[in-house]
Amino acid sequence: MLPYLKEISGKITQSEIWKSVFRHGYEDTPRNRVLQILSNIWLHIHPATINKNSINISFTWCLGGLTFFVFLFETLTGVLLMFYYTPDVNKAYADMLDLSNNAAPFGRLLRNTHRWAGHAMVITVCFHMLRVFLTGSYKAPRQFNWAVGVVLLVLTLLLSFTGYLLPWDQLGYWAITVGTNMAGNTPLVGYQGPFAQPLGFTIDNDIRFALLGGTSIQAPALLRAYVWHCIALPSLAGGLMMLHFWRTRKDGFSGRL
Amino acid sequence: MANTEATAIKTQPKQTQAGSERVHTWPGLVAKEFLCALLFLVVILLYSYYVDAPLRELANPGEPENPAKAPWYFLGLQEALVYFDPWFAGVVLPTFIIIGLMVLPYIDINPQGSGYYTFKERKFAVTVFCFGFLFWYVLILIGVYCRGPFWAWFWPWEQWTLAFPTPPPLWSLSTPVGALLLLAYFGLGMWLPTRIWKDFYQRLGIIRYSITVFLLLTMIGTILKIGLRLGLNIKYVLQTPWINI
Repeated sequence: MLPYLKEISGKITQSEIWKSVFRHGYEDTPRNRVLQILSNIWLHIHPATINKNSINISFTWCLGGLTFFVFLFETLTGVLLMFYYTPDVNKAYADMLDLSNNAAPFGRLLRNTHRWAGHAMVITVCFHMLRVFLTGSYKAPRQFNWAVGVVLLVLTLLLSFTGYLLPWDQLGYWAITVGTNMAGNTPLVGYQGPFAQPLGFTIDNDIRFALLGGTSIQAPALLRAYVWHCIALPSLAGGLMMLHFWRTRKDGFSGRL
Repeated sequence: MANTEATAIKTQPKQTQAGSERVHTWPGLVAKEFLCALLFLVVILLYSYYVDAPLRELANPGEPENPAKAPWYFLGLQEALVYFDPWFAGVVLPTFIIIGLMVLPYIDINPQGSGYYTFKERKFAVTVFCFGFLFWYVLILIGVYCRGPFWAWFWPWEQWTLAFPTPPPLWSLSTPVGALLLLAYFGLGMWLPTRIWKDFYQRLGIIRYSITVFLLLTMIGTILKIGLRLGLNIKYVLQTPWINI
């Protein structure tokens, strides 16, 4: 490096402003390797050192981390899609066409990636579960975290399912019809389910009605799917992910010692 | 000199567990995570560039899709609708699956096979879980690729038509026979293993044993019912004024 450049960069990295932001150097020293993790808000979810066998690719296949990454990716693309999409039966489909025709910059890519990554997340979360099962990683003391993981799997399916209606096309409309008709058959609380009639549940006050905001899939159902998809379910999943990751740290990583 | 030695010792991460090798998370793990994320981004961007997400015509409540298919990950349950009433296929069965998965660590008390891949040390657990996992995906594959109009069976290479043969008429067992059969299935299913695999029963204890065997019998029963429907055209094993199974 030219001497004067070195001098300038030295001055910058020694300045009060620089040092107030970056707490340590970037030289590859054991101390910096540890600080890299401990002093970084995003990375300090990791321990500073880790059992070598816990991080073999052929042990984890990176599936849990990948699922979380896809969730973040879906959050980002989802928020961008929210700028263009209106959850209104008269506008939703037209917004989809606009996105597909790139009326919004990168609209088509945005919609495609959000859709395919949603499917990918269902796959990665399923295979993460299979991996955790096959390595017996749910065994004591990690039983509870497995149960949290099962809830996260269900939330992932519901996240994808609620997104299905939003394009307001024939595919989503009839898929959601099939799904919510099943809800109408829930024992006790679905109007077509066993034992629901004696309890006073009818088509306009049962669990299906609560999901759809009506007796059929109309504007309120679209709005409900939108709110569940964009706010309620991601918040729930986000909260449980914090618990899931925290417990992973507290219970210790599995992997033969 | 003393200084150099101190540094040399510090280069190695602290060994906390006897015999376990510990590495720095940075870069050991973080680099792998970064590469996985990058690989995912490349794949998803390339795929999304070439393959458009599906978008059909505008939703029309007056014109049902035939077949109307749920999203692929729920098609296993929709496929189960062929063999069961919706309250079971769509609600009770998935509830059992979810609860069964959640209690799994509490009923599997085999201390072996924690933290590494092994079949030998956990034959029962791995066999049952993998079978269930596979079965779920087989039903999904059938739902996605082999079901056409009116949920009739079409091989993926066959053209969908409405001229498929009329399915054979279905019949149901009479209520007393069905009730006896179900009682015998669950009764013997719960009791026999306590005699044959006494060790298994004693190791688990009555509560864990009952939950494990009930979940297992439900899973096997679901498959048996599918067999009865396909092989003998039986619609219901048990008919009551409230529920049919």
